[in-house]
Amino acid sequence: MSAAAAELGLLACGTCGLVSRAPAAPAAACPRCRTRLAFRKPASIAHCWAYLVAAMVLYVPANTLPIMYTSSLFGSSEDTIMSGVLFLWESGSWYLALIVFVASIVVPLVKLIALAALLVSVQLGWRSRRAERARLYRLIESIGRWSMLDIFVVALLVALVQLTALAAVRAGPAAPAFGAVVVLTMAAAQSFDPRLIWDGERRPRA
Amino acid sequence: MVNGDPAPERIPEALAAPRAGRSLPLVWIVPAVALAIGGWLAVSTWLERGPVVEIHFRTAEGLQAGKTRIKYKDVDVGHIGEISLAADLTGIVATAHLGKGTDKLLVEDTRFWVVRPRISGSTVSGLQTLLSGNYVALDVGKSTQRRRLFIGLEQPPAFTTDAPGRQLTLRSEDIGSLDIGSPVYYRRLQVGQVAAYALEGDGKAVKVTIFINAPYDRFVSAASRFWHASGIDVALDADGVRVKTESLVSLAVGGIAFATPFEEAEPAPITSDMLFELYRSQTLAFKSPDRIADSYVLVFNQSVRGLQPGAPVDFRGIVVGEVAAIHTQYDPQNERISIPVEIRIYPERFTSRLRGGAPKSGRLGKDGKFVARLVDRGLRAQLRTASLLTGQLYVALDFFPDAPRARLDLAQSPPELPTTPSTLEDLHATLVSLANKLERVPLEQMAADFTRTLQSVDSLARRLDTELAPEARATLAEMRKTLSEATKTMGDASRTFGAAEKSLAPDSALFAELQDAAREFARTAQSLRTLADYLERNPQALLRGKSADTP
Repeated sequence: MSAAAAELGLLACGTCGLVSRAPAAPAAACPRCRTRLAFRKPASIAHCWAYLVAAMVLYVPANTLPIMYTSSLFGSSEDTIMSGVLFLWESGSWYLALIVFVASIVVPLVKLIALAALLVSVQLGWRSRRAERARLYRLIESIGRWSMLDIFVVALLVALVQLTALAAVRAGPAAPAFGAVVVLTMAAAQSFDPRLIWDGERRPRA
Repeated sequence: MVNGDPAPERIPEALAAPRAGRSLPLVWIVPAVALAIGGWLAVSTWLERGPVVEIHFRTAEGLQAGKTRIKYKDVDVGHIGEISLAADLTGIVATAHLGKGTDKLLVEDTRFWVVRPRISGSTVSGLQTLLSGNYVALDVGKSTQRRRLFIGLEQPPAFTTDAPGRQLTLRSEDIGSLDIGSPVYYRRLQVGQVAAYALEGDGKAVKVTIFINAPYDRFVSAASRFWHASGIDVALDADGVRVKTESLVSLAVGGIAFATPFEEAEPAPITSDMLFELYRSQTLAFKSPDRIADSYVLVFNQSVRGLQPGAPVDFRGIVVGEVAAIHTQYDPQNERISIPVEIRIYPERFTSRLRGGAPKSGRLGKDGKFVARLVDRGLRAQLRTASLLTGQLYVALDFFPDAPRARLDLAQSPPELPTTPSTLEDLHATLVSLANKLERVPLEQMAADFTRTLQSVDSLARRLDTELAPEARATLAEMRKTLSEATKTMGDASRTFGAAEKSLAPDSALFAELQDAAREFARTAQSLRTLADYLERNPQALLRGKSADTP
């Protein structure tokens, strides 16, 4: 037998974990640590959509514009994420190419699609495959920061490879866009309240 | 509250809190900002997009799709995007993506070429590409017609369109040791370079395009002469052996030199399609151009051994033509063999250039009457030896007023110019007649007369010796005595002069005394003048004596 905490009028504190009974007032705070309490994250879906849309918008320049300008004695070049992957692939480092491809292209894309799918399913009140959706959400949360790999690489290179005449690396316009995509998808994942997946479960599951 | 709580009283009640402000509208700023940034990036990227052009090259050597840069004046203006084979497989097509604002670079006569390291005789270029990789350079043309398809040059142009200077086309028999970039000298100063060369359509000559850099291009005029400056020019003349060369560089890699003859008072302007002749040497370049040639035939009644086609025809030392051909002719009617020598005379060389200004258009022998008159006055051709060592002959034209009369047959073509036997033949004839005359001289009688004369001279000398010599000796002794006395007198005089000089020396006592005396005298004169002045003003002083000072 299970009942949603909200149905029982119970609130859980996200900070200290204390469970408390909802007061008659419109808003509540944790009696122990004073964290603001709510049955569900307020405006979770709207926040999540806002971050997600922003991330989707920036995903385009992040992948089409150059992320890095390299200039050296041997000429200069500009690389997008994809051209870097292709370069690695063609030069034989297919494992590196795979890592970069997964971390920088697949993961953000998967996050965007998965979050959008979760939001749509919650808004439409789907009832099937709740467990799978919950697992998807956990996955999204855990792989969120992997994508920062690219940004770290670019940031390190820009800082280290400044040998004025010999070689110089500059970050391209895609770098901040890509960073923003990662941050925004993480924010979207944070603002999504996974409890929404389980809402509307009238009957206890078998 | 839902009934049947497991332990509701053990669960604390949450604190009541004021209602939180609605944060819904604020969060939508995030995607709005993202949209704005994304849109701006997209728009700016789209705006940064420049024109895309196609460049045809023969090979893609050194070109890399997506990597090779396109530079104008070493400024990065784009890159090569894709490289593909041309449809007819004769070359490659490189798609060039140029930056924003490069539209005006892409005109009809804009040229593209690949900068690679190049080492030719005199120039090393593109060394930086050894490290940086090749790049495509472009030179913007002057046309205003836009273009999207270009044919890349295989060789970098020797000069860029905006380089100040002048381009000239020279016509040469062969290319010599010239190459693109070979220097052009003016007064041994490098003022330009060879830009291009190409065989003429008929394959008979080479057209060399050179570029004279500003400000030296103003020294080129329509009268300028160009010659190959490569190699060494060794000349043997009255000054001895002269070795001429432009510079060591041109000796090694070849070059072109030019000069403008000074007599051209007003150089004619150069038209763009003007073709200059590139001569083999400076001497040839400064030979007067012979546009008109008159042919004459000379018939000599002597051996022409040593005369060759090309031998000079000279008029009092000035070369005015050359021997064109030497024939042998058999005249069956008179049964005679003659040797007609065909010569070409360049009448322009007779034209006066000394008087300044444009040469007079008057031309020698246009209708032949003038030459006929000259022949009447004794103009003849003669074979002369140019060098006793080699026995080379040349044809000399000169006036021989004593020569037998001859006429110029103008009906004949080419007309036959009368000849006169050569001086060597003349000399031979003179020597023979001289010998004949000498034979008739009475040599024995002359010798006897001469002996007699000598004998009388001898007796005269002997008489002089016996009669005149003693007297002369006495006179000489007396003269010597007189001379020694004179010397003594001179010594005395010199001593006297020395004493006088010593007493008059500035540091001598006499001189000092004299100076003192002179000073004293001056002082006396001054007081006398004072006295006279005083007396003039006060005549009564003579009677009354000097009065007390009154104003």
